[in-house]
Amino acid sequence: MNSQAPVMNDQHAPAVGQPYTRNNQACHDLSIRVRDLNLWYGKNQALNNLNIDLFQKNVTALIGPSGCGKSTFLRCLNRMNDLIPSVRTEGLVEMDGRDVNAAKMDEVALRRRVGMVFQKPNPFPKSIYENVAYAPRMHDLVSRKAEQDELVEKALRSAGLWNEVKDKLQEPGTSLSGGQQQRLCIARAIAVQPDVILMDEPTSALDPISTATIEDLMDKLKEEFTIITVTHNMQQAARVADYTAFFHLGEIIEYNDTKVMFSTPAKKKTEDYISGRYG
Amino acid sequence: MSHTFDEISQQLKRRHRKSARLKWISMGSLGLAGLFLVLFFADMLSKGLPAFQQAYIQTEISYTEEAQTDGRQAFDQELLPLISRTAVRVIPMELRNNPGMIGTSEAQWVLANSEVDQYLKGHRNRLSEEEQAALDERVEAGQVDLRFNSTFFGSGDSKIAENAGILSAVVGTVMTMIVTLAISFPIGVMTAVYLEEFAPDNRFTQAIEININNLAAIPSILFGLLGLAIFINFFGVPRSSPLAGGMTLALMTLPVIIISTRTALRSVPDSIRHAAFGVGCSRWQVVRDHVLPLAMPGIMTGSIIGLAQAMGETAPLIIVGMVAFIPDVGASFTNAATVMPAQIFTWSGEPEQAFVEKTAGGILVLLTILISLNAFAVVLRKKFERRW
Repeated sequence: MNSQAPVMNDQHAPAVGQPYTRNNQACHDLSIRVRDLNLWYGKNQALNNLNIDLFQKNVTALIGPSGCGKSTFLRCLNRMNDLIPSVRTEGLVEMDGRDVNAAKMDEVALRRRVGMVFQKPNPFPKSIYENVAYAPRMHDLVSRKAEQDELVEKALRSAGLWNEVKDKLQEPGTSLSGGQQQRLCIARAIAVQPDVILMDEPTSALDPISTATIEDLMDKLKEEFTIITVTHNMQQAARVADYTAFFHLGEIIEYNDTKVMFSTPAKKKTEDYISGRYG
Repeated sequence: MSHTFDEISQQLKRRHRKSARLKWISMGSLGLAGLFLVLFFADMLSKGLPAFQQAYIQTEISYTEEAQTDGRQAFDQELLPLISRTAVRVIPMELRNNPGMIGTSEAQWVLANSEVDQYLKGHRNRLSEEEQAALDERVEAGQVDLRFNSTFFGSGDSKIAENAGILSAVVGTVMTMIVTLAISFPIGVMTAVYLEEFAPDNRFTQAIEININNLAAIPSILFGLLGLAIFINFFGVPRSSPLAGGMTLALMTLPVIIISTRTALRSVPDSIRHAAFGVGCSRWQVVRDHVLPLAMPGIMTGSIIGLAQAMGETAPLIIVGMVAFIPDVGASFTNAATVMPAQIFTWSGEPEQAFVEKTAGGILVLLTILISLNAFAVVLRKKFERRW
């Protein structure tokens, strides 16, 4: 884990494509950099001047009361907000030296590198195998059947689902339990070998045991992927996240190392929220 | 102050009575509707089922020299007024094809004319009393009989009642429906996909949506006029052809298919689309691989119902000339043809008693096809219904 608190407001951010520096040293573990991000739903501003750096191979949790914009922000990172016609976005979301919102950026290419897991498990109404194999085949990641089988097994193993489903790969994905379905969705996301996995309250529809399984899984997956998760559950954020950002009314109030944030929050609002005084 | 149970039930009694009354009224109206349906079917079946049988007479046919030119000479002169003209007409042709038969004679069952047929079925007829008496004798002798009417299902229209069949209309309907489906299904589905999945939600698309909904409510005869003006007069599609009729009916079916496809697409939950977008599908891949397969049962159901509607349509076809006397089974999409409802319409205008049962018989055939199509749509929907 990074011992240093991440920089939240970098007034001297380098130009797009230039390496980001922290304490005058090139910083290579940066995954996504967000600068002055504003977002409107029609005339309602939902995100207000967000600045945040998200680090590679870590779990970052976004917490905050309902309607604070954390899910909206998450969807900015793979441009899922494009699907909502009334949304207008301004500002920089930079990944791998490229502006995600640039006209040149193909959102299909972006979503290959930034996968997503949704609040409600939403496997395709196809077989378990097909759920995982569909996207790699579509992106031409596999050419032969054997390769495909191998990839499906690898993804399902990474998602901790292989032992449970290896004998019933041809059964519909929707026949699994809720927790299994969510892990299937995670397997589906990692099958295209993304860099980042966005998780939008992945456990809010699950029972405590399935939730624990997913949390363990997130801990393992961060060795390979950058995970950004939205959660309503503060204990979950404290358990799984390396960094935590607290959102309130479309702004990031505080962003810090999780341990620091939960032991000595810098802002009064954060303290009130994490101690359960409101939200 | 609180109320006792007795006080409350006293007040409730009136409410219960009211709901019971409403229940009886609604059940009564359902019963009435059912009764009309039963009456309709009973009437159609009692009138139409006899059409599936036809009177035949057993008689000695003598293939004489004279019969080569005059078929009447081959028959018993006493029986001749009872025998169908079509049976008489074929004798010279048969002899021309098989000259070896000349001089022989043979006992055969031949088609009786429609008067005999109607007499045997107990309907109004124009037979004289002597003819009726002679016929009664032959019935007792087993020489006159009602048999399955293969002519009705096996040949086209005819002015001779006992020779009229529905085959040319059935073939015409099938060809017209092929044209209708081939045009309206792809255009309708793709239009709906565009409107539902691709089009921005603005004034323009809203106007299109309203117009499509209005199109579904336009009187069908106007589509016939449109078909006449555009397809026949402007593009020169042959009049009375399944092509012209099919294109006209396609115009009429399009809004039905578009509306039902949009409903089916809308019923696919957004979570599936998000999942597909999330793994990097392009918009078209989302539609082709995920949304359309899930919406297919709904689309098929709507299309079949739209097709069934078009199949029962007569008014626009009057305008494009498909309500006509077509004795021959259509050979191609550009030949003149007729369709089942048009055939029923034509028969219903014939003065002869025998055509009354043909009309009812035609209605039964049409209804059977329509009901099976609708049942097929229901089965399809049940079979592919999925839960997400």
